Amino acid sequence: MSASLEKGVAVLKEMIDAPIASYFNSCVHCGLCAEACLFYTETGDPKYTPIHKLEPLRRIYEQEYTLLGKLAKMVGLSKPVTDNELEEWKELVYNSCTLCARCSLVCPVGNDIVYMVRKFREGMAVSGHAPEGLIGATTRAIEIGSPMGVKLPAVQAQMKHVHKDVGIEIPMDQEGAEYMVLLSSMEIMNFPEYLGAIAKIMKQAGKTWTLCSTAFEATNSGIQIGSSDLAKVIVNRIVEGAERLKVKTVISPECGHAYTALRWDGANLVGRPFSFKVLHILEVLDEFRAQGLLKTEGFEMDRMTFHDPCQLVRRGGVVQQPRNLMNMVAKDFVEMEDAGKYNWCCGGGGGVSANEDAEELRLQVFKIKKGQLEKTGAKTMVTACANCRIILEEGLEHYQMDIPVVGLTEMIAEHLAESKS
Amino acid sequence: MNEMELLNWVRGPGLNIAVAVFLLGTIWRLFEIYSLGRKQDLSAPRNAAGASGWHTVVRRSMPPPGMLKRSPVSYIGGYAFHIGLAIVVFLFAPHIVLIENLIGLSWPALPSQVVDLAAVVTMAAMVLVLVDRINKPVKRFLSTFEDYFTWAVTFLPVLTGYLAVQHLLLPYTTMLALHILSVEILLVVLPFTKLFHVFTLFASRWYNGNANAHKGVPV
Repeated sequence: MSASLEKGVAVLKEMIDAPIASYFNSCVHCGLCAEACLFYTETGDPKYTPIHKLEPLRRIYEQEYTLLGKLAKMVGLSKPVTDNELEEWKELVYNSCTLCARCSLVCPVGNDIVYMVRKFREGMAVSGHAPEGLIGATTRAIEIGSPMGVKLPAVQAQMKHVHKDVGIEIPMDQEGAEYMVLLSSMEIMNFPEYLGAIAKIMKQAGKTWTLCSTAFEATNSGIQIGSSDLAKVIVNRIVEGAERLKVKTVISPECGHAYTALRWDGANLVGRPFSFKVLHILEVLDEFRAQGLLKTEGFEMDRMTFHDPCQLVRRGGVVQQPRNLMNMVAKDFVEMEDAGKYNWCCGGGGGVSANEDAEELRLQVFKIKKGQLEKTGAKTMVTACANCRIILEEGLEHYQMDIPVVGLTEMIAEHLAESKS
Repeated sequence: MNEMELLNWVRGPGLNIAVAVFLLGTIWRLFEIYSLGRKQDLSAPRNAAGASGWHTVVRRSMPPPGMLKRSPVSYIGGYAFHIGLAIVVFLFAPHIVLIENLIGLSWPALPSQVVDLAAVVTMAAMVLVLVDRINKPVKRFLSTFEDYFTWAVTFLPVLTGYLAVQHLLLPYTTMLALHILSVEILLVVLPFTKLFHVFTLFASRWYNGNANAHKGVPV
């Protein structure tokens, strides 16, 4: 057994807890999780059955934590997990799972399969079986500060740009501001409209806010690759920044995994509850709306639909807010089939989009989204995750569908009532 | 050993052994699983109506939207054989008498014709899910020896029980002895195979529901 494999197995042993043991003992091989997984439904290949993606972890559980499994291991009746096997499982664990968790919602015995995939990735990463693309993104996040290699000067350049564009100065490192706004690299590089939108919305609401020079990046590829150590380093930057600036609330941007990383995993990664609140930008906007601080005018007349980012909706609980906001500015808002917590993933979450090997498969499984979208007859797709947005754009282009994809925050900003600040 | 001796053995020592293995095995397995514990979640919870571990324990018995259509045999066959089994096991008069003798509890039985029908439906549903397991690529792919073995171990008590009651195939005494023996095999096997889901599924649903309820998502 190689040293890295030994470490990986040790990590997996540590990952196994009562829920995982309960889940493995409950599985009756009914295969219903496959029917919930776009990688199976769109390819018909049984190897993409979610529970099968965990087979090496299941064997480690059995061999290490059950009496019969230990006996079987002792007399050589059970197959040890090998490097070759884990390498073979890389495709299943990283390329064909977006951590979307639809399987966790349909399993009749109640297994939270994605919980196990996330834990399994910890062992995969340590044993050296994580994909190159994700390793690169995570290394950049640790060394440079962002997975796409974005540094502070790029943010500052964008701040100036936005200042010129919308005429509002972007605050940086303002102690005592109510909100600290985070960005995702994707927004800094590809969707600069986001920052301008925030500036306009905050101005209208009369709220104080700030960016943070030491923590502007919200995304966390550490949780995608499955490395709690790295994820902790990345989350810690935000925690330190928020505490230094004494903000009340940190706003997670339009990025699904950033939200999961900070809102749900964050406190567990740093080992203590946060002293500040974490909200997704849509939660903030919906609060403003409810308080009468968000005033819009005019409507989009085209038929529009909303793509639920898995991490925000099914895994995040932000379900109603996007609906409220859509209805503020869209006259013809229609839902896709299975909208809300049963939505189908764009196919690029969970680090899949950072993984070149997965591209072909990702475009293949996009068929489900394509079909859903076609049924609605929508002319525009709105979402609230920069990664979903890129993936949707790529998928739509691949299938030659001329449908623009828009960020919800930005769309709201375009309809802000021009009046008092 | 003739059939009378076999019947006496399965009713006496056999039953004792089987029940002992079942009880001790179950306690051991439950301990083995749940003593692993889990870490406390330090993130701030979000509350939502209808979201809790207990909700999920109940709710997960129903097919989620769209799933019945995707896998009708799993659901319809699954319901039929689970409910059928429960009727046959717990609402057949002789079984209730046995349970009363063992632990002192009893409840009203269903008429034997109804139980007969339930047994036939159960066996038909079990054959159906077995055929589905062999035919459906995903199920066949997932299936191991254990899946077929546990199917057989579950099917035999129903089959032998039905044949005994109907006085078919073998003399009643022999069939009854085989029936009790097959139940004993089931009891011995249950804690150590996937059949143990009869206990763990409630906790699994609860954990899943609880973790998602923490995020304000009723699942």
